[in-house]
Amino acid sequence: MAKIPQKRIHKYLRHNKKFPHVWCPGCSNGIVLGAIIRAIDELKIERDDIAMVSGIGCSSRMPVYVDFNTLHSLHGRAIPFATGIKFFKPHMKVIVVTGDGDSTAIGGNHFIHAARRNIDITVVIVNNNIYGMTGGQYSPCTPHDDVATTMPYGNIDNTFDICKLAIGAGASFVGRTTAYHAIEAQQMIKKAVSHNGFSVVEVVSACPVIYGRLNKKGGAPEMMTEMKENSITLKGIDKLPADKKEGKIIRGIFIDEKRPEFNDKYQQLVDHLKEKK
Amino acid sequence: MTTKKTEKKSGKKNVKKRVLLQGNEAAALGALDAGVNFFAGYPITPSTEIAEIMATELPKRGGKFVQMEDEIASICTVIGGSLAGAKAMTATSGPGFSLMQEGIGFAKITETPCLIVNVQRGGPSTGLPTKPSQGDIMATRWGSHGDAPAIVLYPHTVKETYELAIRAVNLAEKYRTCVVLLLDEVIGHMSEAVTLPDVSKYRVVNRIKPNVPPEWYKHYDENQKYLSPVASYGEGYRFHVTGLVHDAYGFPTNNSNEAAIMMHRLKKKITFNIRDLVQIESFHMEEAEIAIFAAGIVARSAKQAVIKARKEGIKVGLIRPMTIWPFPDDAVRKMLKNVETVIVPELNQGQMIHEIERLAKDKDDGKIIKMQMVNGELITPTQILHKIKEVN
Repeated sequence: MAKIPQKRIHKYLRHNKKFPHVWCPGCSNGIVLGAIIRAIDELKIERDDIAMVSGIGCSSRMPVYVDFNTLHSLHGRAIPFATGIKFFKPHMKVIVVTGDGDSTAIGGNHFIHAARRNIDITVVIVNNNIYGMTGGQYSPCTPHDDVATTMPYGNIDNTFDICKLAIGAGASFVGRTTAYHAIEAQQMIKKAVSHNGFSVVEVVSACPVIYGRLNKKGGAPEMMTEMKENSITLKGIDKLPADKKEGKIIRGIFIDEKRPEFNDKYQQLVDHLKEKK
Repeated sequence: MTTKKTEKKSGKKNVKKRVLLQGNEAAALGALDAGVNFFAGYPITPSTEIAEIMATELPKRGGKFVQMEDEIASICTVIGGSLAGAKAMTATSGPGFSLMQEGIGFAKITETPCLIVNVQRGGPSTGLPTKPSQGDIMATRWGSHGDAPAIVLYPHTVKETYELAIRAVNLAEKYRTCVVLLLDEVIGHMSEAVTLPDVSKYRVVNRIKPNVPPEWYKHYDENQKYLSPVASYGEGYRFHVTGLVHDAYGFPTNNSNEAAIMMHRLKKKITFNIRDLVQIESFHMEEAEIAIFAAGIVARSAKQAVIKARKEGIKVGLIRPMTIWPFPDDAVRKMLKNVETVIVPELNQGQMIHEIERLAKDKDDGKIIKMQMVNGELITPTQILHKIKEVN
């Protein structure tokens, strides 16, 4: 057992270049990165054919550690950069890693439009409910009443449901899991990467050092336990009485539909114009 | 896309096309002839025709066109395409150019080639969308935070728009940076009969592919000349690109030595190649006592004024930069040496004049004369002629 992960590490991580990483103890980013790498390994996609693109934030530091074509871009703009790569080289698998603030606040417009376009990009959103890198300001995904450095008296703002946002905007694959459910995350990412269309995987994750500390959630183990105990599968939620559904993290694949993909449609247009000549 | 097309054959290699072209069409055509195969943009007056032409032409040629949700997305998609190997461009005007600032900085620090055509319109903010202005001269130089040089080309006719579009794409590829082709609204929307030389007359610069083993590859090789082999995504060189200050491999660094190397590299590739970058026209400057310094559409008016004034025996000439950034310091200084008075007409409240004041410190007080118009109208040849006579 132990031998296989060792090999994976050597194959996929830029282990001799950019370690140690920047993440705090107990951060979920490593778990999510592990899930992405194992998913890619299982899919047997060549590293040369993978572009990993990120914006700005803690989770957006992921690309520098992995041995793919990597792009650490601008805050909120990972998806347009990824669109450029995918559009010019459609054979490449383009994976965006981003956070809740990066993708739904500053990058919200790009997120919904890429979903509408249904361009074949996989977006893995590490949702830690806060801006971690800048020290704990509230994001569109900070729960109501929770404390952040820019909501010191509790969050009066409302939150985004990332998955509903993605579905509403037209994404053809949308799923949610948590960092506690690492294998589930791996399987979901695998499906998302294989899916031909805009796919979104929200991984609810733990930020014990910033969000956890501000909101007295305990350390990493306590936050992991909460993810385990407070989350429920899509099937399970239906069986719960209405009053117990409140506040649950619903895990599962909400939508997985085959719909015309942007690059495919563009290629059809190019072929059609060629025929007309 | 062209309304009139006649072809004259005079020898095999010199096929001349006489066409009626709009400035925006010329910019699109020049970019296509320079090999642009990727366009991402957002509609904005007075540049939209460029996007429309690209939307029609690129799919026919197997190239890529996409209209994005805004200008921020447009420039980022252009850079993404370029990193994947495309010759990529966008076109916009002032408000869109403002939104593109962060992308411009990113293209410069990551040394990713791309072309932005900025068809200027009047005013700050939404301004005068359909009127000419030269308000973006300093915006194209200093736009985007941080500290990086700029390459900006500025044509004064439709034909020159075609030529400088080709040159702009070439310079972007050669110097691995974001190049701006700056147009005046009037040039973008003006139709002129143009004789286009055969495309083969123009040299087209293409990126050189690296042939070193991937583990040796440096995306920012400090020992290479500026036209160094450069890899694209998906070709076996799994390099890293970041907007952070980076080392020769592209990995982020906080090391002050490496930071200095990177920052100097960005500057040196421009300042060490001024002679290659700068193009400037000297028009009737022989024995001139008065010089007019003007670019773009204003230079066009100035030319007429110079011709008329010369006929009346006034020793006046025109200095017209086609490259406004980097500023042609040496050439301008030389041309101004024997001139008594300089008139600087421009469609703004004083931008280019600062450069002239910097370069002509030896001139007597009151010998650098401004002529500024910001009401959305052009400066006419007659107005310039009057000014010439006033100072003569």
